[in-house]
Amino acid sequence: MLDATQTSQLPPRPGVGYKPQHYSDIMADPGPVGWLEVHAENYMGDGGRPIAQLRHLAERFPISVHGVGLSIGGEGDLDPDHLARLKHLVGWLNPASFSEHLAWSTHDAHFFNDLLPLPYNEATLKRVAAHIDQVQETLGRQMLLENPSSYLAFADSTMSETDFLREIVKRTGCGLLLDVNNVFVSATNLKTSPQAYIDDFPLDAVGEIHLGGHDEDQDETGAPLLIDSHGKAVVDPVWALLDYTLAKSGPKPLLIEWDTDVPEWPVLADEAARAENALTLVAS
Amino acid sequence: MTVSQALFEDTILDPSAPVPEGLINPDGQTASKRFDVYRNNVAVSLSDALETAFPVVRKLVGDQFFRAMAGVYLRKHPPKSPLMMFYGDAMPQFLARFEPAKSVPYLPDIATVELALRHAYHAADATPVDAQALAALDPDMLMSAKLRIAPAVRTITSTYPIHAIYRANTQSDAPKPVMQAESLLITRAGFDPQIHLINAAAANCIRALQDGQPLGQAMALADDTLDLGAVLGLLLGQGAITEIY
Repeated sequence: MLDATQTSQLPPRPGVGYKPQHYSDIMADPGPVGWLEVHAENYMGDGGRPIAQLRHLAERFPISVHGVGLSIGGEGDLDPDHLARLKHLVGWLNPASFSEHLAWSTHDAHFFNDLLPLPYNEATLKRVAAHIDQVQETLGRQMLLENPSSYLAFADSTMSETDFLREIVKRTGCGLLLDVNNVFVSATNLKTSPQAYIDDFPLDAVGEIHLGGHDEDQDETGAPLLIDSHGKAVVDPVWALLDYTLAKSGPKPLLIEWDTDVPEWPVLADEAARAENALTLVAS
Repeated sequence: MTVSQALFEDTILDPSAPVPEGLINPDGQTASKRFDVYRNNVAVSLSDALETAFPVVRKLVGDQFFRAMAGVYLRKHPPKSPLMMFYGDAMPQFLARFEPAKSVPYLPDIATVELALRHAYHAADATPVDAQALAALDPDMLMSAKLRIAPAVRTITSTYPIHAIYRANTQSDAPKPVMQAESLLITRAGFDPQIHLINAAAANCIRALQDGQPLGQAMALADDTLDLGAVLGLLLGQGAITEIY
């Protein structure tokens, strides 16, 4: 259980996932964007332009460090080298927030560069909680854990994802990163209700909300199969789910994720403006 | 049944392996096409990372060949760390043994150049010594002086014209490569690595300096094709010397 009191300190404003091609635009006029998120692994080199840019950005914006490679759900131990790199980055940058995923990506020293799924049961719960304890102790701060996009389920799951996350929060003192696009993708794929998921989600623990685009496909039975691609604009039903969530949670830091087929800055700034509107609705 | 991560791993990299029972769709049936989303994510993201890392190799062999080759590589050498910017470190050795690429014998050395450029790009920053620092040194001390070389600096020696081939595939006005052995030096004065053509003697001399040999010994390791003044001028001009000690 976490002793440290340093919790997520992002402002309840729109943020965007930072892409180097937008550096000049952001520095010239960030528009509605009040903070930036970076993928931890892209800033683990020894120096050069990436680190220099991040130093400059951090002078002007609160930064959220979002890890994609820690493999918190892995069956094996956390990679000590990777944890040390993370500690180094969080140490010099002192970001407003650190988050990672409820997923695994490394097994037997092989890294798969994808967020792979977990069964929700007592064995997984113990392992994930122990790994989060280790991360929070190493970094000396609270982390946020993000709900995944699901394409399938495990026959040996014994609890719901929301119950699993609630129990993780209780055992570790971590916060949660609620990705409403992932909620929509998972609910569509697993034929459940996204609103019911939000109703059941421990919103008090949420330190950040993610929004992103997805692709549409079908499985072999003709059932819809949505794929979390981060390559498009956020769709209307996900914006509606955001409104539904914010009405219950109050204002939260909102992040637009756009990682593939990254658009020109004005397109991304428009998405951030739409997120700002959603926040205005609940602020009044 | 419990689906272990070991079984997940084996299935994800082998498109012909049956999807494990225990991974199900909402109707409780084995989730075959749904599992393919993970297979596809892994293969495409790793293949994309290789395309980003080796643009000149890709240009030399063509998109289709590169994709097929990447599919073999990523199954034989899945990443060993989450730092995708360095994924592909085994590419030169892999290409040297990859039968379908044998007709392009210089391909492994071009992969070595592209890897070196990436490592130079992410190398630690360093403050160079003043361009006049060597001239200010007592001439009697010069040969016993050691030069600390910036972390971004790399040298590569090849039996192929790697400098000319690299240039011809990255610059529109570059001359056609002539078949000859070439060595090159990579420096990073600001944030963007630069490639310079040097001779093998200069490459040997610079490597000796990187190993901490005094200037006199680094010179002695090279043959009489070494133009020490030119090598030192290049290193100083590119901000590649960070300390004289």
